Amino acid sequence: MDLGILWYLVPSVLMFACGVYGFVTRKNLIAILISLELMLNAADLNFVAFNRYLFPGMMEGMVFTLFAIAIAAAETAIAIAIIINIYRVVGNTDINEVTKMKF
Amino acid sequence: MDYSQFSAMIPELIVLGIFILVFLFDTFAGETARKADGMLTTVLFGLGTVAIFFTGCMPKECFGGMYVNNHIELVLKCILNLGVFIVLVQSLKWTDTPDMKLRRGEFYELLLATLFGMYLMISARHFLLFVIGLETASLPLAALVAFNKKHNESAEAAAKYIMTAVFSSAVLMMGLSFVYGLSGGSLYYGDVANAVAEGPMSGMLIVALAFVLGGIGFKLSLVPFHLWTADVYQGAPTAVTSYLSVISKGSAAFAFFIIFVQAFGAVYPDAWEWMLYAIIILTITVGNLFAIRQRNMKRFMAFSSVSQAGYIMLGVIAANAIGMTSMLFYILVYIFSNLGAFGVISAIENQTGRLSMDDYRGLHKSNPWLSFAMTLAMFSLAGIPPFAGFFSKILIFTSVTASNSMALYMLVLIALINTIISLYYYLLVVKAMWISPEEPVVSSFRSSGSERFGMWICVAGIIFIGLVSPIYGLISKLVTEDAPQLLAWLG
Repeated sequence: MDLGILWYLVPSVLMFACGVYGFVTRKNLIAILISLELMLNAADLNFVAFNRYLFPGMMEGMVFTLFAIAIAAAETAIAIAIIINIYRVVGNTDINEVTKMKF
Repeated sequence: MDYSQFSAMIPELIVLGIFILVFLFDTFAGETARKADGMLTTVLFGLGTVAIFFTGCMPKECFGGMYVNNHIELVLKCILNLGVFIVLVQSLKWTDTPDMKLRRGEFYELLLATLFGMYLMISARHFLLFVIGLETASLPLAALVAFNKKHNESAEAAAKYIMTAVFSSAVLMMGLSFVYGLSGGSLYYGDVANAVAEGPMSGMLIVALAFVLGGIGFKLSLVPFHLWTADVYQGAPTAVTSYLSVISKGSAAFAFFIIFVQAFGAVYPDAWEWMLYAIIILTITVGNLFAIRQRNMKRFMAFSSVSQAGYIMLGVIAANAIGMTSMLFYILVYIFSNLGAFGVISAIENQTGRLSMDDYRGLHKSNPWLSFAMTLAMFSLAGIPPFAGFFSKILIFTSVTASNSMALYMLVLIALINTIISLYYYLLVVKAMWISPEEPVVSSFRSSGSERFGMWICVAGIIFIGLVSPIYGLISKLVTEDAPQLLAWLG
């Protein structure tokens, strides 16, 4: 069976939209981080799909995806470290508790 | 593999070398010797800057053209190095406090690591290298923002920074994936430009451009994407705030110029000129209006830097050689003025822990020299004539009007009106220091030698760069050499 490129692009855009929705609505820092991961992975999926369907002879999209995965891992590591620090200081990871600075 | 190509990366290698030296020293030196961490980094970094300046002028590329080190990149790296040097000098007193005893080395290591990332970002001619540079620059910065581990605000600012940074890089990567779909299989700026110039004007291109603009706009805190700025600037340690506001912003602005002019230059009038037009107006105006109501000095500087980013973007929308030159010049002047202001803020914070604008009332009675430095910095930021800020503003306005388009004239007019608004809030600080009749809140003190040294550099820069320096001509000469290749896609 041969699927068209749209079968990959539409889910990836949906994934991205879900990530944005989660980023805006979630109240827990860990949940926000998960939403961010969804967004990053949507971009990776896009890269791989474009590479596979449009430029099958080249590797650039795949290589970019590998780097993007590594970058996403590094970002998560730092974000988790910061969230743990917040938990130590505030005792909570709910963003409603982390509101010392406002307009 | 041909290792000789690494000689093109001398600035990066120097920064990396200093990073490794400081790391080893911090790890293996004894308890008392480690007190010299700050001095060691500052001196090494100063020598490194001089080395880059004198070995530099040899345009080269490596990694098959992914990395390019032309004259303008070298000029910008020297400018950024100067800014980092001032930040290092000014932070010496802060890193000497007993609270920082264990973490002193880490501060310098992280600072050099982000600088390395910014170098890559500036020199990248391929989107992969650009993304790697961007992340190398922004991840250590998040750790730096969280540096006051015990402070509630620092942790909160770091959370806000890392979340928005990851969000923006996700948006940027999504945009780049669309760019990749349009590009014909290669992410070199030149190949993308080819594909964009030949291909039709598609909806996908617009989406891709908007996403890339959003992603980099976050780093520059342009207005729809600026909401993290104030909180992060307030919560971060002052040394990190000053670093964020000048170095990070300067490098992102340059990368922005290179990407939009080199990779998307062919669709300048059709697509991104108008996006940028709206964003510049919003950035300058909103930044100014919010700055008026701030009482905390760091928040105040945050909004002032938002509106200054709008002025820097004027150089991008001009999209010509003068725009490039005046943007580099603006960044240089901005480094001196902003770091001058931050030098005073951090000197007062280190001494008394006070950060509110009300604490500056009557400052001239107790600390006339600090008031003098702050006043010059504010005048320069506002663009009052004899100081450097005036010349950088006039040059960047000139570059925008060079193309003789009515819309761009209107843009300059709006920017001019905003300059007057900004004059009001910059002068609020000056008024608090010199005119308020109250007794001074901050008692008289003598700031440390390193702080005074940093402030004198800034004051000298503010006074002399506009009036007597050949720097603008020098930058202009170098940019003109690179201009044909730089602006080839604008048509």
